[in-house]
Amino acid sequence: MRNVFAVAGKELRAYFHSPIAYLVMTVYAGLCGFFFYSFTATYVMQSFRMQAMGGMGAPPMSLNEYIIRPLLAGVLTVVLLLLVPLITMRLYAEEKRSGTIELLMTSPLTDLQIILGKFLGALALYAVLIAVTFFYIGILFVYGNPNAKPLLAQILGLLVYGAALLALGMWFSTLTKNQIVAGVIAFAVFLLLFVLDWVTAYSTGTAGRVISYMSLTTHFDNFAKGVIDLSDVVFYFSVTFMGIFLTARSVEALKGRA
Amino acid sequence: MIEVAGLTKRYGPTLAVSDVSFEVQKGEVLGFLGPNGAGKTTTMRVITGYLAPSEGRIRVAGYDVVDEPLEAKRRTGYLPETPPVYPDMTVTEYLAFVARIKGVGRREIKKRIEEVSEKCAVTDVQRRQIGKLSKGYRQRVGLAQALIHNPDVLILDEPTAGLDPKQIIETRELIKGLAGQHTVVLSTHILPEVSKTCQRVLVINTGKIVASGTPDELTHRLQGYETVLLTVEGPAAEIMDKLQRVIGVNVVEPREAADSRVTFEVHAEKGRDVRAELARAVVESQWKLLELKTSGLSLEDIFLKLTTKDLSEESAAKDLPSALGSDLEEKSPASEN
Repeated sequence: MRNVFAVAGKELRAYFHSPIAYLVMTVYAGLCGFFFYSFTATYVMQSFRMQAMGGMGAPPMSLNEYIIRPLLAGVLTVVLLLLVPLITMRLYAEEKRSGTIELLMTSPLTDLQIILGKFLGALALYAVLIAVTFFYIGILFVYGNPNAKPLLAQILGLLVYGAALLALGMWFSTLTKNQIVAGVIAFAVFLLLFVLDWVTAYSTGTAGRVISYMSLTTHFDNFAKGVIDLSDVVFYFSVTFMGIFLTARSVEALKGRA
Repeated sequence: MIEVAGLTKRYGPTLAVSDVSFEVQKGEVLGFLGPNGAGKTTTMRVITGYLAPSEGRIRVAGYDVVDEPLEAKRRTGYLPETPPVYPDMTVTEYLAFVARIKGVGRREIKKRIEEVSEKCAVTDVQRRQIGKLSKGYRQRVGLAQALIHNPDVLILDEPTAGLDPKQIIETRELIKGLAGQHTVVLSTHILPEVSKTCQRVLVINTGKIVASGTPDELTHRLQGYETVLLTVEGPAAEIMDKLQRVIGVNVVEPREAADSRVTFEVHAEKGRDVRAELARAVVESQWKLLELKTSGLSLEDIFLKLTTKDLSEESAAKDLPSALGSDLEEKSPASEN
């Protein structure tokens, strides 16, 4: 475990020693802030309109339903989909290019320790992004009183969703020496897995349901509502394990070639 | 300390290392000598556990690198051809990270960093970012990294490549200083390096060991005669015949021929200087002596001889007669008559 943390710490430090962490955080905070603002503005306009139409007796519009849920499920999952490749692309590609992979692989570490260390390091940076999201959502608590309970499911959802993306992205990073290539592959695959849901929007057959099941973002819907469905957790965990397993296979293959 | 038995490594269909076996004793400095692409780096990468061998067994400090990789790696320090440094870390941060992953105890880390920094003369740049250091410093940081866990075995892949002459001398001194406490295997394609730092040399070419021994042994084994090169303008066959008759000359071989100039390689008895005799023989016959020089067989020549053996034999057999023209062979019986 000490070895895993040593590698994880090194990865996290590398993010903050290079522009990557700051770039990703800035882009994310900017987009997150923009969408948060636009959802809040819409919410304010609509609730004014409701009041003007004389709906005085009706319950106030839910902040959870009109701001937090669309913000997370509709927008941030897609933003993260695009930012995760920036986090994962360097994990192995950079070490392969600079030759530092030789240091790691000739040290008394198991492959799995290296992989988990890298994964945890990337997950830590991702968690910082998630913290930014909840900083915005916290503002709602200052000026309104949204329901706090769904937040737990939403945080958990974003974390398992991110873990799945990060594990896959890490695998793509083992396939090449070129960070850009690793990033573009991850980006393309994530986008494809995201739009799978659109393709099958009007099909009701078994194939359609299977493809829809594979879409990365559909499994997030329940979390966004504040519901933790075990099948969604299992889905994201399976993808994470698959990513880690494929990374391990790919690292093993490095020893055979060069 | 290191036992390599029947090591073979294939990359797909290409054979990088073929059935290499050798042993290195504790405290010995062994040099791998060979041209680029001979299989030195591959052999080292297999010993360090970076690559898996296709065939063969490798033991480091008694541990099989395939079956017990962690134990073997714990006892191995490795400096690859390009130092495996993270450019955005400072030297101290880097060494601390390496110490942690190499399993140095938490309390000893600080002490070890000080020790290796001093040994490798990087103490004055400890706080600087590695990416901003010169190549020489980076190499030394790489060496410090290899030493941080005080390994029994040190594998150094071209430790002096890319350094300036002063740094090269310093690095060699450092390596010599490591012998005894550590078992060192280093690779190089620079010859003087081997004779200056290694007690034993393995010459590797195209994945096979072609010679081994101390630098002196290798020199003696291959240098059984004195060599003189001379370039003369005149009829090749006659000149050859004349040179052949000079006392002390064993073999005369034509090397190059351009227009009417021919360069001969003359092998004479060991310890005999035949230059004056050769010059007289040429001048007496009214040929033009253009160049005359001794060519002692240096380690360089031995190296070339060993690593291009097939080539030179073939060229001696085929290329030269055709280059000189078959007239040489036709004329030589005539000159005898």
